Amino acid sequence: MKTNNRIPMPVRYLINLVVIVAVWGVFFALMKGGVITDYWSGIFVTVGINIILAVSLNISTGYLGQLPLGHAGFMAVGAYTGGIFMKATPVGSLLKSGNVGAAIPYIIIALVLSGLVAGLFGLIIGIPALRLKGDYLAIITLGFGEIIRVVLTNIDSVLGFKFTYGASGLKQVPKISSFNLVFICVVLTCVIIHMVMKSRHGRAILSIRENEIASESCGIKTTYYKVLAFVLSAFFAGVAGCLYAGYLGSVFPSTFKFMKSIEILVMVVLGGMGSMMGSVVAATVLTVVSELLRSVGDMRMVIYSLLLVVMMIFRPKGLMGSYDFSLSRWLEKLVALIAPRKGEAKTEKGGAEQ
Amino acid sequence: MVLSQIINALQLGSIYALVALGYSMVYGIILLLNFAHGDIIMVGAYMTFFAVTNFHLHPVFSVVLAVVVSTLLGVLIEKLAYTPLRSAPRLSLLITAIGVSFLLENGAQMLFGADTKSMVQTPLIKGGISIGSSSISLAAVITIVVSVAAMLFLTFLVQKTKLGKAMRAVSEDMGAAQLMGISLNKTISFTFAVGSALAGIGAVLHIGSYFQASPMMGSMLGLKAFVAAVLGGIGSIPGAMIGGFAIGIVETLVTVGGLSTWKDGVVFAILIVVLLVKPTGILGKPVTEKV
Repeated sequence: MKTNNRIPMPVRYLINLVVIVAVWGVFFALMKGGVITDYWSGIFVTVGINIILAVSLNISTGYLGQLPLGHAGFMAVGAYTGGIFMKATPVGSLLKSGNVGAAIPYIIIALVLSGLVAGLFGLIIGIPALRLKGDYLAIITLGFGEIIRVVLTNIDSVLGFKFTYGASGLKQVPKISSFNLVFICVVLTCVIIHMVMKSRHGRAILSIRENEIASESCGIKTTYYKVLAFVLSAFFAGVAGCLYAGYLGSVFPSTFKFMKSIEILVMVVLGGMGSMMGSVVAATVLTVVSELLRSVGDMRMVIYSLLLVVMMIFRPKGLMGSYDFSLSRWLEKLVALIAPRKGEAKTEKGGAEQ
Repeated sequence: MVLSQIINALQLGSIYALVALGYSMVYGIILLLNFAHGDIIMVGAYMTFFAVTNFHLHPVFSVVLAVVVSTLLGVLIEKLAYTPLRSAPRLSLLITAIGVSFLLENGAQMLFGADTKSMVQTPLIKGGISIGSSSISLAAVITIVVSVAAMLFLTFLVQKTKLGKAMRAVSEDMGAAQLMGISLNKTISFTFAVGSALAGIGAVLHIGSYFQASPMMGSMLGLKAFVAAVLGGIGSIPGAMIGGFAIGIVETLVTVGGLSTWKDGVVFAILIVVLLVKPTGILGKPVTEKV
């Protein structure tokens, strides 16, 4: 029955595009109308950055089935790359003079460059780290993440000139991260990751998660695909880092501690490892909730960690498991429900033949 | 000068070694990287601090209190968080361990405050001796002696006693050990108890040597101790000792070289090199992967 009502792929893409534009339109209208205050649109930017981080970590945790604990390190690389690049270009003065159009190419270059440099670090770290598994992989990526932070803090004394400005942080980064930019980045990230995961390469990555030895014996280049997934994950973490730098306007190495990696991991685990929708929902909810809980401060992390433990004991697959929401599939079901049932006997027969 | 630096290195190294032993034992028996282990030290250090400064207990009682609390905490964590997940995937267990670790850290921060508690005014161990131009504190000597003694005791426990035999059997093959009539729950709990007691001793020695307790002290200490365990060969008692001393010596060397801000980076660099060149560590046994 379902097969008859299947929506063709181009229409599916169109539906999703329409929905995305509609969502953006609603936000835009609400912001113009003053329903969403500047305070909340700032929170939405943070939500967007966290969504990119969670979705990107989900590649290596959920889809590849490894546990890297150095995601904040890649974010740091992206933040510093983007920050240093944007400070060197006239983006800041262009934005100040209201010439947004002229700044756009620089912003795009900054985002891509941050992603590429973080991806390069992912490659450098991934090739040795992915030879290991499980706990060792976790601890080696944690080590790399900490080393990145230590280097960012202390590199100035080695180089002899101001580069990362050490512990006092990189300041006066042009504030590029408007709601629109972050929204576009979130959508692009999700679309690209979704498409990669639905492709042949994505299935290869999933097969490694299910059984590495079996997939290797089926002729899948496991090392190649593991590194690919890791680099992809690092790339988007870098983009998120650049947006983060462009949102806050200043970057400090102490932001990218081990704690930050865990915060991102909590989002992925709560949402369900391997579910993009789960990561998006969990990142949104946790960011908004932690903003609301700002007054209770320390309590927040206690709740986070308690949630993590309880979740693992009672529902180790996360809220969504590996379920992913598909609007088109949902529409198909809806159509099947309300559609006239005259062809039912025929389709049932057809179903039986299959 | 040189002598006191050597003593410093050994002092730091023996604390790392004690903590590394706990990691190594737990890892050897249920293949879990127990992230919470470092935070047990933090709790132990706080216990010592409160017992001495707030309740003015005799140092001996406060030491006993810290060790007992650490041991109970370790067993409690094992019972509540790890036992329900014994047949779960390794990833879930690891995430739980991280969760427990963060729970302890943030719980401590909430209960005791984020500031560093200092007990310089009321040191646990006073006094010292001077040889030539360099002075050696009594705390350093006690730290080194106690950790070597603990190591010897542990070796005896694992190699000569019945419980030790059970521990070795469980780490060899959990299923087969159970078939031979070894109680899995008891043995694993016992391992956690011993590991956590060592962490408690480590906590007392740490606060006796460096006079400080803070909510986050356990995380970096624990991670470095894990590096020590990996360096020495995970699952091996003398390995943990060698690894601990090696990390202590390296850190002291880096600090003496004037690069103390780089020391965390150097320790993790050692970890990376070890994992890439000889993942089994100095004294570890190679494990072949079975399909």
